[in-house]
Amino acid sequence: MAFANNTSTQNSKRLSQNVAFWIFRLLSFSVVAILVIILGFIIVRGISVISWEFLTQMPREGMTAGGIYPAIIGTLCLVVGSMLFAFPIGILSGIYINEYAKDSWFKRFVKMMTNNLAGIPSIVFGLFGMALFVNQFGFGDSILAGSLTLGLLALPVVIRTTEESLKAIDNSFRIGSLALGATKWQTTSRVVLPMAFPNIITGLILSIGRVSGETAPILFTVAAYFLPKLPNSIFDQVMALPYHLYVISTSGTNIEASRAMAYGTAFVLIMIVLLVNLLANWLRRYFSRKVKMN
Amino acid sequence: MNSVETKDLHLYYGDFHALKGITMGMKKNQVTAFIGPSGCGKSTYLRCFNRMNDLIDGVKIEGEIMIDGVDIYQKNIQVDDLRKHVGMVFQKPNPFPKSIFENVAYGLRVNGTKDKKFIEERVERSLKQAALWDEVKDKLKKSAFELSGGQQQRLCIARALAIEPSVLLMDEPTSALDPLSTAKTEELIHELKENYTIVIVTHNMQQAGRVSDYTAFFYLGELVEYGKTKTIFTNPKDQRTQNYITGRFG
Repeated sequence: MAFANNTSTQNSKRLSQNVAFWIFRLLSFSVVAILVIILGFIIVRGISVISWEFLTQMPREGMTAGGIYPAIIGTLCLVVGSMLFAFPIGILSGIYINEYAKDSWFKRFVKMMTNNLAGIPSIVFGLFGMALFVNQFGFGDSILAGSLTLGLLALPVVIRTTEESLKAIDNSFRIGSLALGATKWQTTSRVVLPMAFPNIITGLILSIGRVSGETAPILFTVAAYFLPKLPNSIFDQVMALPYHLYVISTSGTNIEASRAMAYGTAFVLIMIVLLVNLLANWLRRYFSRKVKMN
Repeated sequence: MNSVETKDLHLYYGDFHALKGITMGMKKNQVTAFIGPSGCGKSTYLRCFNRMNDLIDGVKIEGEIMIDGVDIYQKNIQVDDLRKHVGMVFQKPNPFPKSIFENVAYGLRVNGTKDKKFIEERVERSLKQAALWDEVKDKLKKSAFELSGGQQQRLCIARALAIEPSVLLMDEPTSALDPLSTAKTEELIHELKENYTIVIVTHNMQQAGRVSDYTAFFYLGELVEYGKTKTIFTNPKDQRTQNYITGRFG
């Protein structure tokens, strides 16, 4: 029979397929390997430093001893502050762009600007934040100025996430709702947004991970080199994990002595980001189940 | 008496002249079927009646459409009110990701009904009208996505009936359904015409023959022939109609 004969062309096309798949497989394994190596490196070097004291005490003795408590709290303040700013503006813009804006030059312009905003280096955001929030608005080096700067950085991510999540909702749901006499806003709020919600929330949480690790935007706007106390108001400076890591690895009083503390700090930072990502995954699954049910 | 009436209706998608001067009237409490090859304009024409074409950029409409005596393109018409009056069922079942109950209640809720008892009664009645009640009465709180395709389509019909439209538009409502579900839906159309004026677009000629009282044949954006279904299928006047229904093109 014809299909039982293994001609040479058939063999060679199968061979090239096998070779191609093996290359793809190796490359995707190497991505995983890189992540595992980085995580392993930080965990091995950092885990011995982690203790209740390290997580809950002020740094001491030129940051070579004590803990990183104020930096953890500082990072939390900045994350919450930047999200309070970026979420409402970003989500509403995303809804406007995808659901309301007609396909016009204005919509294309807004989308292009959003993409450009995402491409600006974070140090430029830092510089801009310093000029506008710290100096012009007179907030000084403060949680407020730092949060606004980080919020600006997160804004394009939030807008894009919202937009993409809404775009993924099949148009037949919108048309079905409109055909029943619903207005556009009723359609958006009662049908489209609940469906897009799981994906939107995932994107939002991932942007938290991004913001919590940023150093450059907080450099000139909020981060303190050494400040062993907790903030009292949004006009106070704080320490923050990524900047603290930078300080004790490059410009501390005794870099060799604080090496272990640096790995400990990196460990905490990575764990926060990892936990945030896991939370995002869990929330997405939780809400997609819920959306189908009610 | 005509429930839907159009006079010299033209529709353009940008430069494309999709409907070329259509004048016809659809009788109250009768089923009118639109047939014709793909791209002939029959679905476009149907979507004029609840102004769904408004959603497409670059559509221009000339002429007049009267529904139950009202010109639906005049300035002071609110499209959401119009769509309450003219319901629609689509090609592919498109239930919302809500419970069966909430799917049917949706139209009432968005139109401002708050009375719980009224909503419950109306949901039950609509599901009965759509011949779905017996199959779902014990699982109204379950997701509509758990229903079969045929059940979902009947749910969409129930959803449209819940707001008591006077005209029901159906755009190839059985094209995504299996034969058994199709038969059920056709039976349903028979029963519904007592209370509703039904306009159905179909690709299936046997279906047009089975369910409709009147049939209109469209070709290249024109209304070629319109009359009693029996006459159209047994004794068409136009050669093109003759060719289409005997399967010589399409």
